[in-house]
Amino acid sequence: MQFLIERLPLYLDGAWVTIQLTIGGCALAFVLAMAFGILGSMKHGLPRAVATVYVEVFRGIAALVLMFWMAYALPLATGFQLNDVFAAILAVGLNVGAYGAEVVRAAINAVPRAQIEGTVALNMSWFQRTRLVVVPQAWAQMLPTFGNLVIELMKATAVAYLIGVTDLTAVADQMREATGETIVAFSGALILYYVIAQVLIFGMRLLERRANRKLGRTPPGGAGLFALLRPPKTGTKVGVAQ
Amino acid sequence: MPPSDAPDTEEPQAGEGQPQIVFDKVVKRFGDLTVLDHLDFSVEPGERVTLIGPSGSGKTTILRLLMTLEKITEGHIQVAGEPFSHMRRGSKLVPASEGYLREKRKSIGMVFQQFNLFPNMSVRKNVTEAPVHVLGLPKDEANARAEELLDLVGLGEKIDAHPTQLSGGQQQRVAIARALAMRPDILLLDEVTSALDPELVAGVLDVLRQVAETTDITMLCVTHEMAFARDVSHRVLMFDKGRIAEEGTPEKIFEDPEEERTKAFLSSVLDNGH
Repeated sequence: MQFLIERLPLYLDGAWVTIQLTIGGCALAFVLAMAFGILGSMKHGLPRAVATVYVEVFRGIAALVLMFWMAYALPLATGFQLNDVFAAILAVGLNVGAYGAEVVRAAINAVPRAQIEGTVALNMSWFQRTRLVVVPQAWAQMLPTFGNLVIELMKATAVAYLIGVTDLTAVADQMREATGETIVAFSGALILYYVIAQVLIFGMRLLERRANRKLGRTPPGGAGLFALLRPPKTGTKVGVAQ
Repeated sequence: MPPSDAPDTEEPQAGEGQPQIVFDKVVKRFGDLTVLDHLDFSVEPGERVTLIGPSGSGKTTILRLLMTLEKITEGHIQVAGEPFSHMRRGSKLVPASEGYLREKRKSIGMVFQQFNLFPNMSVRKNVTEAPVHVLGLPKDEANARAEELLDLVGLGEKIDAHPTQLSGGQQQRVAIARALAMRPDILLLDEVTSALDPELVAGVLDVLRQVAETTDITMLCVTHEMAFARDVSHRVLMFDKGRIAEEGTPEKIFEDPEEERTKAFLSSVLDNGH
């Protein structure tokens, strides 16, 4: 315990890098997921094909290999050296974005046809319909799965230490090397990863609750702040428009 | 057969005194099922027409074709003297593009059986979003229009409520206000009371009676509410198997129908307590 408390600032520095990787990766993954998910839900073949290529390519590539490629192969191929943190963010963002695009596409396709017909009767354009009706309704349905992806992404950032980013995993490993306290060194990292994950889960449930309230539904798990700490009850309908 | 692109020689000329809606040998098939079978009819500006008939007789399909929610298989539809299901390309008529449909359906509004209110918006937004974004109305003006229309449907005090806080009848009245906010020339009413509990039907029908009395909107109404049909419509069309079996004034159709099919249909509807 004393060991950990003394070295807490070092761990927190590592955790801060992990958080930066997570935020950067999530921001990139979110933009990609929305863009390619919306393209994938369109009627025309071309945008759908573009979305399919992105999803299949980046879902099929291991984030770790992609990161190695960007850190080591890209400079050889183009002479352009990416910043390590940026390479890691790109790798996890592109990878998780591909999963996210499928979530977005499915959620958009799940918006009831009657809602689309309502927008036609009001003569909305595709863009107006997507922005005002479809995406806001699909949003509540995306969030539970986005929650999983955010946690997955956060944990996937641990591979960044292999290209020399001093994240939480790297700090734990340095600690082990310097002191030989293997059990304690890695336990510290485990605990901090867990804490970060809990904060993320809490944040995602908060978003989910807000989204459900906007659709006029009682949030899954009931009202009250404590409800956010519990998983939703089984059989709870999430994100399904009336 | 795909929609015909042959030149239409019988196209009416634009001008006064012409029908607002013309169905010209309209065929609609879903796979092997023929829902509308060479249907011809027209509706005058300001006319209120009720479509009755057994389920599956094609009444709702007519409304859905006019709202561009379905595409016709054969024939032509004209609205306000202009091609509607088709557009002119040179001297030919070709199936309408999405852009053309968007231009043409401006004048048409629809109220659905299941209301189709947007659950991600308050009542106010439901009524103001399309006028603001589609018609380009300033927000103040759209708001004023929404308040006025919600007062008309008796829901002025619910303007900031959420649709899920309203009863079915109230939701349907909001849907009527939402459609009227677009200032349509033609209003399509698709079994607007069928999804409602019986005690909520009267409120919705009262609102529609008032709309009928105070505006000159052309109305096409699919309903099983025969008393309502008799009160508000100028003409009743009885459909059977995708064709018009009989048509006439409400008095004629309800009191002295000629066709056996009309008699059978009316007695079955009246037996069900309507």
